[in-house]
Amino acid sequence: MDPIAKYISQKTSKTRWRPVSPGLLQQPEVFATGSWDNENNRVSVWLVGDHGGCNTDGEFDEEPQLLCDSQHAGDVLDLQFLDQDRLVSASSSGAVTIFKLQPDCQALSLAHVWERAHGYSCDNAPCTAVVCRSPELVSVGEDGRVILYKADQTEVVRVIENADSSTIHAVTFLRTTEVLTVNSIGQLKMWDFRQQSDMWEVHFHPSNPNHLFTCSEDGSLLHWETTSGSDMSTLLQRGWNSRVVSHSGVPLAGENDSVVSAWLAGDSSKNRLEATHMLPSQTLSVNSLDVLEQCLVCGTDGEAVYVHRQLPV
Amino acid sequence: MEEVDVELSITLIPGAGFHQKHLGFEWGPGDLSVYETNYKLQGPRSAGSPFVHIVRRDEDICSPILRKLFNESHLIFVGLQKIKEDMPSKNKKSQFVSISKNYRSVIRACMEELQQNAVSTQNGSLASQYGDQVSILLAIELIWNLCEVLFIDAAPAGSLLLQLLDWVRLHKSDVDAKAREVLQSDSPTQHQSYWDVVISLVLQGRMDEARQVLSKQASLRAESSSVFRRMDGLLQTMPIFNVRASGHAFPKLVKNVLYFTPKSEEIIYSTSSMNMFLGPRASPEPLDIILLSAFEFDLHQVIKDCSIALNNWWFVAHLTDLLDHCKLLQSHNLHFGSNLREFLVLEYASGLFTHHSLWQLAVDYFDHCPEFGRVYLELQVERVPLDTERKAIKVLRICEDRQMSEQVRSICKIMTKRALRNNRLGSALSCSIRAKDAAFATLFPHRFLQDYSNKGSFTDLDLLDNLGPAMLLSDRLTFLGKYREFHRLYGEKRFSEAARLLLSLMTAKIAPRSLWMTLLTDALPLLEQKVVIFSVDQTYELMSCLEELNSGTKDSNLTDQDEDIESTKTELLRLALARNLTMAIVKEGTIET
Repeated sequence: MDPIAKYISQKTSKTRWRPVSPGLLQQPEVFATGSWDNENNRVSVWLVGDHGGCNTDGEFDEEPQLLCDSQHAGDVLDLQFLDQDRLVSASSSGAVTIFKLQPDCQALSLAHVWERAHGYSCDNAPCTAVVCRSPELVSVGEDGRVILYKADQTEVVRVIENADSSTIHAVTFLRTTEVLTVNSIGQLKMWDFRQQSDMWEVHFHPSNPNHLFTCSEDGSLLHWETTSGSDMSTLLQRGWNSRVVSHSGVPLAGENDSVVSAWLAGDSSKNRLEATHMLPSQTLSVNSLDVLEQCLVCGTDGEAVYVHRQLPV
Repeated sequence: MEEVDVELSITLIPGAGFHQKHLGFEWGPGDLSVYETNYKLQGPRSAGSPFVHIVRRDEDICSPILRKLFNESHLIFVGLQKIKEDMPSKNKKSQFVSISKNYRSVIRACMEELQQNAVSTQNGSLASQYGDQVSILLAIELIWNLCEVLFIDAAPAGSLLLQLLDWVRLHKSDVDAKAREVLQSDSPTQHQSYWDVVISLVLQGRMDEARQVLSKQASLRAESSSVFRRMDGLLQTMPIFNVRASGHAFPKLVKNVLYFTPKSEEIIYSTSSMNMFLGPRASPEPLDIILLSAFEFDLHQVIKDCSIALNNWWFVAHLTDLLDHCKLLQSHNLHFGSNLREFLVLEYASGLFTHHSLWQLAVDYFDHCPEFGRVYLELQVERVPLDTERKAIKVLRICEDRQMSEQVRSICKIMTKRALRNNRLGSALSCSIRAKDAAFATLFPHRFLQDYSNKGSFTDLDLLDNLGPAMLLSDRLTFLGKYREFHRLYGEKRFSEAARLLLSLMTAKIAPRSLWMTLLTDALPLLEQKVVIFSVDQTYELMSCLEELNSGTKDSNLTDQDEDIESTKTELLRLALARNLTMAIVKEGTIET
């Protein structure tokens, strides 16, 4: 089944499903997008699913509908849901912003902004990524800083200055006090907020499932399946602009440092990796994807979002 | 064929040109810069406005709804280019027709959305702006549809006529409304649209309905009733064109309306009937002229007139591209070498490139212009503003994929300088490595070494330790990598390896002369170890390096104090080397028992 496309007149840098309430057995229906490269960028919230014949010809009631949106200063370089009602964005101006979503999704308002979380002495430094584990947030930027915040406190909790001499591209939580970052030359580093400057280099990527989804600069959105183990390093070598999201949406880590997973063990010569293209034709760069339950949403530089609600997983 | 006469529009520039000041201007890629000059027609001199105004001709590109048109059509365009040359022409034709229909459905979707917005908005000027855009899109779709029917689908006369009738029916759908209006009025025959309705119905082949309307006339005027009866009879018996019976001439119905010649299968449309068909107007509108050119199978005239009438190259570029794929355009070489299709696509793409967001679409258009596309892209891609590293990486990727190494270097230089200014040595270095820019890569070692001599230790060790093959990019970089390795070996107490490395840096001429003193000074702690580390030969080599250094011309910029320090260092080194030499000779001369 082909995904549903909708042209939204803005290049989409990030798409994220709103987390579904635990216990409710429903498909995710609401997702957020962030735009980039516009003179006025926006963070928007959309609804997809059966809204009961909203359209006269009934053809497009599966198309995503805009619920609400908000102005955003600078490109949206990352977007994460802190919880059901709050959205965090990383901006190219160096700001980290928390947006509040009304319970009925009718409005999106600014709750709090750390204006110059990232910056140089005489210039702006874009904040490149943000990760949340409520109530804590961590942001990283082109200035090589790693910053820890608490959602309800106005002051930042911890700053690791000069964590990296290159731009940090992405960050993820491992444990409550540990984060993993990757920089522009492909180095993975682990940081512990309890200690000041301990640093390890890690050469694996912690993830577990048999299904993996990748999106990349060349416009491909791939679904990787493996039953036996496969070589993760070949996956990471595909291009350092790939973003990888595991099926469960949360990066997993074992209790000890040596995580063995289906993707990492085994001899690459014996293993096969099956990859299927998920978009009907090659588009411009697919910038972001998010997977929750059986639903996938992605956004492209062709100013379109694609929603796939029946993933074969 | 007369030129389409478009009225000159006047745009007022707020804040400029007051007090009779003359305006100067300069053309830009997509716009016009206007400024006040000092020249004045009359009157005393007065202070002018210091601003430069930028006037943009194409406002469509800023419309969010039209942006969808640009994006969706881009996808269709790229798909069209991929159709293989060697496919049989029958398959190709059906594909071209479906692509044409795709384009038209995109136009219609845009039109619907604009229409919805026009109706729902409260803002009056916005509503009229939407309304204008809707009518332009309507005209565009009309012309495209006609071109599709006449040229792309190009069915034989029979089905062509049916398609034309469909086209007429679709685009004169207000006939039904008008007919109802006429029939429901008090005196239908006096209604101003009466004859309009009759003729439209006849043209659409709806004879029975035409007879019904005509009968109103017959019942009124007794004296001309015979005329009407005859007309009625004619209408009743007129054969509707049958697909199977091709070659029938369409009988002359109303004078000068429609005339078919069976042999040439051409439709000749007279100007007067054209006016009747499209409504009474004083002079033919641009749309009428364009349609007329289409009926006369003059494609070039259609394209030319559309280019003049519309303020945006979107329509002509895409239509011409499609017609070119259908091999309908004669290779009409223009003065500057490229053909018509390429010229139009280049113009459209150049316009896109000036947009802060849509420039990415333009890249694909340039890719499919074989003559000049690459050159245009090379010139334009360097002008994309790079605010974030992420955007710069996208632009770099575009250049790298097309082997535009000059542009890669130039973009990397910009990013490197920016990183250096903000003290991001790692970013700067990784950027110049990406550009394979040896010259630029030489800057870093200098910075790193400066840091080293200032602070006594290296910053950004993680970067230096993981240079990998990038180290070979330039001699300086290689030196830096090796120098760092020396420090690491020393830190791990692998002294003899460290010593060997240090020496090789000088003897293999990897280290620049200016740093030899630093290296020799680094050797001091190794020389002063209790255990002999440097062998006799190695010591001799070190000594010759020291002497070579001292024999060179003295730097006249050194102050007296500096000169003192330098000579003290040399003395210390000489002493340490001599001591090491004696110990080494003794060690090597001793026979181990």
